[in-house]
Amino acid sequence: MQKEPVVIIEPGSGIGSMNLKEVWRYKDLLYYMVLRDVTVLYKQTVLGFAWAIINPLFQVLIFSLVFGTLAGVKPDISGMPYPVFSALAVIPWTYFSNSLNLAGSSLISASAIFTKVYFPRIIIPLTPVFSKLVDFAISSLILAGMMAWFKYQPGHNIVFVLIPVLLVVLSSAGLGFWISSLSVQYRDFKFALSFMLPILMYVAPVAFPATLVLEKLGNTAFHLYALYPMVGAIEGFRTSFAVGKEMPWNLIAISSASALVIFISGIWYFKKMERHFADLA
Amino acid sequence: MQNLAIKVSNLGKAYRIGLKEKKQETLAGSIIAALKAPLRNFRKISNLNKLQNQDGGDDIFWANRNINFEVYKGEVLGIIGKNGAGKSTLLKLLSRITEPTEGRIEIHGKVASLLEVGTGFNPELTGSENIYLNGTILGLTRKEIDARYNDIVEFSGIEKFMETPVKRYSSGMKVRLAFAVAAHIDPEILIIDEVLAVGDAEFQKKCLGKMQEVAGKAGRTVLFVSHDMAAVKNLCTRAILLQNGSITYEGHPNDVVDYYLRNAAMIQNDTAGVSFENRKGNGKFIVTNFEFLNAAHQPVVVLETGMDAFLKVSYKSLEKSPNPVVNILIRNSYQQIIGNLLTRIAFPGVLKLAPEGYVLCHIPKLPFLPGRYTIDIMLKHDYDVTDQIEGLTIMEVEKGDFYGTGKIQDSMKDGLLVDHQWQVI
Repeated sequence: MQKEPVVIIEPGSGIGSMNLKEVWRYKDLLYYMVLRDVTVLYKQTVLGFAWAIINPLFQVLIFSLVFGTLAGVKPDISGMPYPVFSALAVIPWTYFSNSLNLAGSSLISASAIFTKVYFPRIIIPLTPVFSKLVDFAISSLILAGMMAWFKYQPGHNIVFVLIPVLLVVLSSAGLGFWISSLSVQYRDFKFALSFMLPILMYVAPVAFPATLVLEKLGNTAFHLYALYPMVGAIEGFRTSFAVGKEMPWNLIAISSASALVIFISGIWYFKKMERHFADLA
Repeated sequence: MQNLAIKVSNLGKAYRIGLKEKKQETLAGSIIAALKAPLRNFRKISNLNKLQNQDGGDDIFWANRNINFEVYKGEVLGIIGKNGAGKSTLLKLLSRITEPTEGRIEIHGKVASLLEVGTGFNPELTGSENIYLNGTILGLTRKEIDARYNDIVEFSGIEKFMETPVKRYSSGMKVRLAFAVAAHIDPEILIIDEVLAVGDAEFQKKCLGKMQEVAGKAGRTVLFVSHDMAAVKNLCTRAILLQNGSITYEGHPNDVVDYYLRNAAMIQNDTAGVSFENRKGNGKFIVTNFEFLNAAHQPVVVLETGMDAFLKVSYKSLEKSPNPVVNILIRNSYQQIIGNLLTRIAFPGVLKLAPEGYVLCHIPKLPFLPGRYTIDIMLKHDYDVTDQIEGLTIMEVEKGDFYGTGKIQDSMKDGLLVDHQWQVI
């Protein structure tokens, strides 16, 4: 006879679902939620998936004009034209910003579902983190196009490219857990996030190289700067396309540690708050 | 216990209800209050999920309290009660949507709960995409849906539209598809909230059949919340009655439904009762009370379609009447008269009454559809109106099995049920 599952529901014990086995049991749900987001997003649009390119492309063009040409910011990677330099940051940044934005408000928008049926709620903020990877992949075509246009060839660092990508995914998931569960209770976070994201972009080394911080503010500031996970992620992503430049492993290590802390504490906070979601939403 | 499915002990769920804030009367006061608002809001919002350490604690509302019951495998438990009695909260606790404030629930077996049909349906996706999305939300895996896919499509009866976006569906088609998915989850324990109240009559019959099939399977347990008294009587093996968040009656479905209908006045506070406010007439022959009775002559406050009902009119006569007449009018929600019960016509011969007492009006098969009806009454001496009361009371009718077939005609919104039989020659 098969052993039947026994579920005990008690106050405090949590209707929590953070045990990995249960999340794993619902992996197909995550798959279909991601599929839903991807299929629905560009339905009934003329340009379809081209939108995933247009947005970052124009940002790269404006950055190249304002920072590259007018302000004269110089890439710290020899032989890399500014447009390629900025595209290498704008693309992971766009992913980070879009997935975090959606993950942050995901619980509020999914309240109609999770107040009616039980499943591990963590799937809700995880969905945009995965579905936006599709946009990330598509927008990477910009990179291919630009490198062809400028006849720029990436070096052997390219083998490390998935490490910074993983770092961005980890950061947006971790922050997504925090902001989604906070904003169920305090709707302020929804507003705070939309005004913080542009600020966070200018703080991140999107328009300028991170080494500028080292030059202007010194070594300590430079390492503290890397506590912001997008510093290691963007610098790492950029350098993996560079020729003749070491991967910035120290930045990546600091940023990864910081992202891991955010991710794990995010799961902890999400689990702690999860049992109140249905009452608060 | 080997065949225990659900054990609930001392279960309670409290919610915080918002209290009205103090109003400031001076300008300075309101400016200070406005400046302090963020702090106050923060306290209020951060306390939303806490119940302890409250100042006073008078803003706490117990939606469920002291609930104890057990359900064994193979049982179909009906849960009835007025709106606001705590039925939905109980189902949410059992389905792990919200956490109890106190007590404990023990569940043996895989649960699926249907508090709504079509949870998570996306209008942009096609029918078949929504089957997979909705199915996984309800806890199935992709493989399990693959295995059931053909059955689901066939059950829904809309095979042709599987590749059409759901936003192009009629609402009936959406419900069919959603119920088809729900009907095929096949869990050990199924928790259902009023989902039968959807779709057209034919499809409802199909759903009811499917539910009976699920309930009939060995070891399958069903918890079923409904306002449909006939469905509770037909489908359930046991029933509980919730009142103000607690169980007040438990037992055989017929007994519980009966108890509920008889005691609904107590259970529900908003029943109008009898009101003599709009009264006209010369007062020589008056109504002193009015009640609805069931077949056993016990007073009831809620009636059931198809039931054997009595209307009891208590009266008092100040002078000996030559020719007393009792007339009851029944109006629907549009205030149209849909029933005129008149002694002058329906009583054989001439009515002779004592100075004080009551008359009974017997309706062997209540033909009214579920809803609220207004009762007007008129007493006369011959053609002189002695007492006329508009809106004497409200007659509340719940769903019932009029034809004794176990099937309920739900597509009708207005009109009366006609007692009839079909014959095949």
